[in-house]
Amino acid sequence: MWALRDRYALAGIGATEYRKASGRTILAQAVEACDRALADAGLPREAVDGIVSFQFRDSAPAMAVATAMGLPAAHHCVDYEAGGNGANLIILAAIAAIEAGLATNVLCFRAMNGRSGFRLGGGRDMVARGVSQYTAPFGWITYPQAMAMWCRRHMNRYGTTSEQLGRVAVDIRAHALDNPRAMMRTPLTLDDHQASRLIVDPFRIYDICLETDGACAVLVTSTERAKDLRKPPVLVTAGVYGGGPAQGDDLFDAMRWPDHSQNFLAHVGDELWRRAGLGPADVDIAEIYDCFTYSVLMALEGLGFCRPGEAAGFVEDGGIRRDGGRLPVNTHGGLLSEAYIHGLNHVCEAVEQLRGDAGPRQVEGAQVAVTTAGAMTCGSALVLRAA
Amino acid sequence: MMDDAFSALRPQPQPDPDSAPFWEGLAEGRLLLQQCIACARHRFPPAETCPHCRSAEAEWQPAAGTGRVYSWIVVRHPIPAEVFAAEVPYVVALIDLDEGVRIVSNLVGIEPEAVRDGMPVRVVFRDGGGRVLHAFRPEEGTAATAAGGKT
Repeated sequence: MWALRDRYALAGIGATEYRKASGRTILAQAVEACDRALADAGLPREAVDGIVSFQFRDSAPAMAVATAMGLPAAHHCVDYEAGGNGANLIILAAIAAIEAGLATNVLCFRAMNGRSGFRLGGGRDMVARGVSQYTAPFGWITYPQAMAMWCRRHMNRYGTTSEQLGRVAVDIRAHALDNPRAMMRTPLTLDDHQASRLIVDPFRIYDICLETDGACAVLVTSTERAKDLRKPPVLVTAGVYGGGPAQGDDLFDAMRWPDHSQNFLAHVGDELWRRAGLGPADVDIAEIYDCFTYSVLMALEGLGFCRPGEAAGFVEDGGIRRDGGRLPVNTHGGLLSEAYIHGLNHVCEAVEQLRGDAGPRQVEGAQVAVTTAGAMTCGSALVLRAA
Repeated sequence: MMDDAFSALRPQPQPDPDSAPFWEGLAEGRLLLQQCIACARHRFPPAETCPHCRSAEAEWQPAAGTGRVYSWIVVRHPIPAEVFAAEVPYVVALIDLDEGVRIVSNLVGIEPEAVRDGMPVRVVFRDGGGRVLHAFRPEEGTAATAAGGKT
């Protein structure tokens, strides 16, 4: 098991409204989310000595947030350059900083004007240098185009269908209906999914996640300190970051990845369970990085909730539904229907569920959650437990 | 053979010291691949050293130009629209070349609906609005070409 198993905790969470056009600076939203996380934990701002964030050159730097919040002791301000792989990574980076004696109470945030400002789905740099010179000139530019290429492999290998992808979108949308923060609060049917526009075959518009203006934040501290704070701590039982060999030159490039019917989780899933001393059967809820419907299937298989090729059937059998499913997935609506705060909103949801604070969307008796971040060749995952 | 031209607005490859021979080869209508002299394995994308045996000794060799479709997508919503609106729907594919490396290219000369997993394909060359780009067509005699595809 992991040497740090259960020794660190998530002691507070906070979020802004999730909108299409915030009309605010990214910095202001980051500050609001961090303020809310501190208030949730009942920790005075003077006690914060670290901020860790991740961004795609599209956010407010951690030091700017510390400055705007007037934090007198926030010496450890670090920004990771990351995409979907980053959300659990910054939680682990905060733990590593505390364990190394660099900080004691660390705020982790992700903030973006992802719809009204820089749109991640809009495509990469049109100047095709580096590894992009081998992809962009051929019109392979956006993340939906990237992941659709992965999805086709799963379809060819296992017979996965567009209707099965649609089931993922429909079930996750149903969860969002009970979430006041969710951007999408009207029911979605399988017919709606099948009638929706093909963006990049095999993906229709409802296979693709939202774009969001907003921010969320999580306070990380030792379990010992967390016990003295306002809310019951949620323990970080284990975490992993990484992927397999040949992750590529950047997050988009997967030319040398051996098998696109499985992602990084097929390479690090066993290690996550070994570190946690738990297995898939012990998990009550999963908050899975659903940048696309297909990434849910790879996560279910990579983490061992299903055998390879069986996730689509698991979903069809109602397996991911909050009501009656074997493994409720994305109880908040995920990136597909709550908001795209790059996966850190999944961590916030797991915390609410494990505290029993999730109101009408609460999964009764939820004690163990898994969160994932990232969908392709590298990413991160956590096992969280109620104290 | 040169095939139909692409939009001049499309992203233009920016050659670097590792990739310059690759793009120069395409300009001459040749698909060149780096082959390691020490372990004889091909590699793509180009690099100074071999990721398999780490030798820095390599030579550029003409590829056979044949391979099989590993995966593909059909782009229907153009991004950016001003560049790709006239080209949709177009097919982007990962092609496993016979030399054991995988490259990204376009499939041409076939209806998007007719593309099949593992389909044998052969390289063609076309004007990418500046530089010559590779693309792939179904190998002559396969079902897709017999059925007739658009060019």
